[in-house]
Amino acid sequence: MEDVICTFCGSVCDDGEFDAEKKKVKKFCRLGSAKFSEKERIKAPMVDGKEVSYETAIEKAAEILVNAKKPLLYGWASTANEAIRLGVILAEKLRGVYDQCASVCHAPGTLAVIEEGLPGATLGSVKNRADVVVFWGSNPAEAHPRHGMRYSISAKGLLIKDRKQRKVVVFDVRPTKTAKMADLFIQVKPGYDYAVISALRAILSGNADVVPSEVGGVAKEKLLQLAEMMKNAKYGAIFYGLGVTQSRGRDRNVENAIKLIQLLNRTTRWIIWPMRGHYNVVGAGEVPAWEVGYQYAIDFSRGYPRFSPAEFSAVEVLKRKDCDAALIVASDPAAHFPAAAVKHLKQIPVIQIDPFPNMTTLLAKVVIPSAVYGIEAEGTAYRMDGIPLRVKKILETSYWTDEKILEEILKRVEKLKG
Amino acid sequence: MLVVELISGRTLDQGATVEEKLSEEYSKAVNYIELSEEDFKSLGLKEGDRVKISTEFGSVVVFAKKGEIPKGLAFIPMGPYANAVIDPATDGTGMPQFKGVMAKIEKTEEKVKTVRELLEAI
Repeated sequence: MEDVICTFCGSVCDDGEFDAEKKKVKKFCRLGSAKFSEKERIKAPMVDGKEVSYETAIEKAAEILVNAKKPLLYGWASTANEAIRLGVILAEKLRGVYDQCASVCHAPGTLAVIEEGLPGATLGSVKNRADVVVFWGSNPAEAHPRHGMRYSISAKGLLIKDRKQRKVVVFDVRPTKTAKMADLFIQVKPGYDYAVISALRAILSGNADVVPSEVGGVAKEKLLQLAEMMKNAKYGAIFYGLGVTQSRGRDRNVENAIKLIQLLNRTTRWIIWPMRGHYNVVGAGEVPAWEVGYQYAIDFSRGYPRFSPAEFSAVEVLKRKDCDAALIVASDPAAHFPAAAVKHLKQIPVIQIDPFPNMTTLLAKVVIPSAVYGIEAEGTAYRMDGIPLRVKKILETSYWTDEKILEEILKRVEKLKG
Repeated sequence: MLVVELISGRTLDQGATVEEKLSEEYSKAVNYIELSEEDFKSLGLKEGDRVKISTEFGSVVVFAKKGEIPKGLAFIPMGPYANAVIDPATDGTGMPQFKGVMAKIEKTEEKVKTVRELLEAI
């Protein structure tokens, strides 16, 4: 089968070729190939470690959720929009908390966007037009291996025809694999992104004289060189990563970077965009945004949606022990949350819906295996730039989809609640 | 003993095994720390040695590797080993500080836990 769509990272490559006999995919990167390779699955639905039918597991899950005062519904980045929509409805019916993986990934960028807006573009536009591309705290060579080849480094575009016509800059605290592909590598001291962005803003607004000889470990000459390169770009793009959102400054770093872009847009064209991680983490934010108005950290305990990441993000809810059950869909918080948050997850009944066994499986009371979108199920996902793509079903399976499982849980929850 | 600034992040190996969390491959992909050559030497380490990472928030034993990284900085792949020691404070954003945590590194003879043992210990 041709034009197979990859459901691993946010690049959502749509040009794979799948050999159904060998069960192998061609053209994809190492991450995509691993996604399409056969691996251990959760064999059957389980309650307390004992195999049961889908119906029994769903009944138990609904019972746990209805009996909880405030369940946490978390995950959603590696599933389809159709399932996420049901998750949001379920959170509202249960008066629980909806939160998603971006909460521990790119959500600080969302806070910045609320303040400043986001001058963005599609990846196609970057491929065709961008003559300067800056990777700030992002490392696509390891996290989005085909991004550079398809869109941002060696991509062959309509106006920018090849690598020679494109300047690539990398900002990072260490010489990453992506840094080795760059024309200019700028090594920043950890936690100094905000200061470096401020220095660039000062230079570009004609106040270079106030910038000291070194900012955040970067020599002023290098900043002057970069500012010149940015100013002279016909079309520039900053792709920022977790180096910006997960270190000191978090959302304020992104906000400052957007202000830098606004300044550049007075004289030329620049865009800024996050390098989203999971294939549908954009959907995990967009779907609740078009359903109830917010992207993450949404509390329904008063019967209407409230947004407050300081209170309702999964990590804060768990640290505060402010949920008494959890439904985890397509995610593994037991592996990816700080120990202080995992502690409470171990104390409450957890329902997991996932194709693969992971650390959350080890602590879950109810485990419901599901089909893999893009391989065993079709559905809609948003690529990192917000372009919706219909991911395909290329193999038959007896596993239920997340959508079907959630639909059945929702039906039973509605019945139990009367 | 050495004090470094610890950052966590993605790697290709971590990504390629992330859907096989209970496998040995995944464990290998995330159970190490990269130190600069200088820091590696100053601790008297050789490849395959184990170190104990201790922060204000917890401690974990991992394998030590030499990496292309500035002196005073250390990298650990994102995952359960990193999350045993990173700062859970979110400063109101929901996002823990996964990067930029001061950590004490010392050579140890203690064994590296499996992911199951790590979860049990929480």
